[in-house]
Amino acid sequence: MKPAPFTYHRPETRSEVDALKAELGPEAKILAGGQSLIPIMNMRLSSPANLIDLNHLRDELAEPVLDDGHVALGPLVRQSAAERSALVTDRVPLLAETMEFVAHPAIRNRGTVVGSIAHADPAAELPAVLAVLRGEVVARSTAGRRTIAAGDCFMGPLENSLEDNEWLEEARWPVARDDQGFAFEEFARRSGDYALCGVAARAECAGSTTTVALGYLGMGDVPVCLELEPLDVDAIDSSAIEDAVAEVVEHQLDPGDDIHATVAFRTHLARRLGVTAARRAAANAHAQGGS
Amino acid sequence: MALQPGESTRIELTVNSVAHQVDVEARWLLSDVLRHSIGLTGTHVGCEHGVCGCCTVLIDGEPARSCLTFAVQADGAAITTVEGLAGPDGELHPLQESFKTHHGLQCGYCTPGFLMTALSVYEQAPEMSDDELRRAISGQLCRCTGYAGILKAIRSAAGIEGAREGDGS
Repeated sequence: MKPAPFTYHRPETRSEVDALKAELGPEAKILAGGQSLIPIMNMRLSSPANLIDLNHLRDELAEPVLDDGHVALGPLVRQSAAERSALVTDRVPLLAETMEFVAHPAIRNRGTVVGSIAHADPAAELPAVLAVLRGEVVARSTAGRRTIAAGDCFMGPLENSLEDNEWLEEARWPVARDDQGFAFEEFARRSGDYALCGVAARAECAGSTTTVALGYLGMGDVPVCLELEPLDVDAIDSSAIEDAVAEVVEHQLDPGDDIHATVAFRTHLARRLGVTAARRAAANAHAQGGS
Repeated sequence: MALQPGESTRIELTVNSVAHQVDVEARWLLSDVLRHSIGLTGTHVGCEHGVCGCCTVLIDGEPARSCLTFAVQADGAAITTVEGLAGPDGELHPLQESFKTHHGLQCGYCTPGFLMTALSVYEQAPEMSDDELRRAISGQLCRCTGYAGILKAIRSAAGIEGAREGDGS
């Protein structure tokens, strides 16, 4: 099918985008890569009255940059640019590891990282990774800028916490520390399709104790971050970690039943993928020289 | 600039090295503009939501879904479609030759998308593992071949190109 008619705006500066959002509010959607927006417009699941196309903004960076302990990605940094970035590989290894799970190469050539965060799909990889890394986003409007912690970004399926006059200009990913290790795991029936369940793990070690946080996707209305009880280094390879993951999965995740998977299957995946990711992240943290 | 519903604007697209000026509405997809306005029907449209990959073209040298791109977004861009692969004398591109030789197609509907996607990987394909190559083309669907012929064709294309260069032709 074809998209419904809309009014098309092509601003050349970020301030012009602010002005358009101030004027049009919820009647205007931001178009960056369009790899999530255009499919739902083609299927007429969404018919926004206005699109604000960021693709012709002047002087926008195409690459991630290092900024005050974060790797910062502007609104037009394509997912493929993040995937190929030596800075991302070096400083945000979890994001680098996850990129190949995001859709397909041809989609990543157009899709943007910030756009995926703004889209707030609970089955998407990047929101869960931002959440487990305790990253942040920068929203802006004619009233100025504000920084939003990843945990406060996502309100529901395809619903972010931006005001009607705001838009996202940046996603900020904390630089990995030496005591941290990471891993990403997911299960999808077809490569590049939405995963039935996925999990991003962040482990931090202090002496012989390891703390593991798991950021789940596809297991609720928003990405869900769970923290395991601190584990002794010996527990990582034992069944103790399986019990720890089972405990949080059982009590803190509330996945839905749908045509793709039952609750029981999703819960099973959450446990198995959680254990695998936690073990790998903990091993990476200790290999970094944290122990 | 702002463009109202139903209103057209003139954009510039360089398609297969030929400059085109076309009048488009904002809601027109690049896939439709290539097919209907410019008349290049080699780019096929399957699912129109980014899953099948038939409409893949190169936008500024990188494979992308033309059904998930508004033509206005591509204003000023260089586009390569499947019609840009063969030489001016009609000699098939090594990838096309290889698809023909190794039965990389049956009905042919998905072939333009496979060719445009494979264009960015076939030179490295001989060194790629099966897994890497499968991942590289995982965004393309084929309902006829079972993919074995397609993989073989992509792997063999660089050899065909090498042999042609060896001939001096």
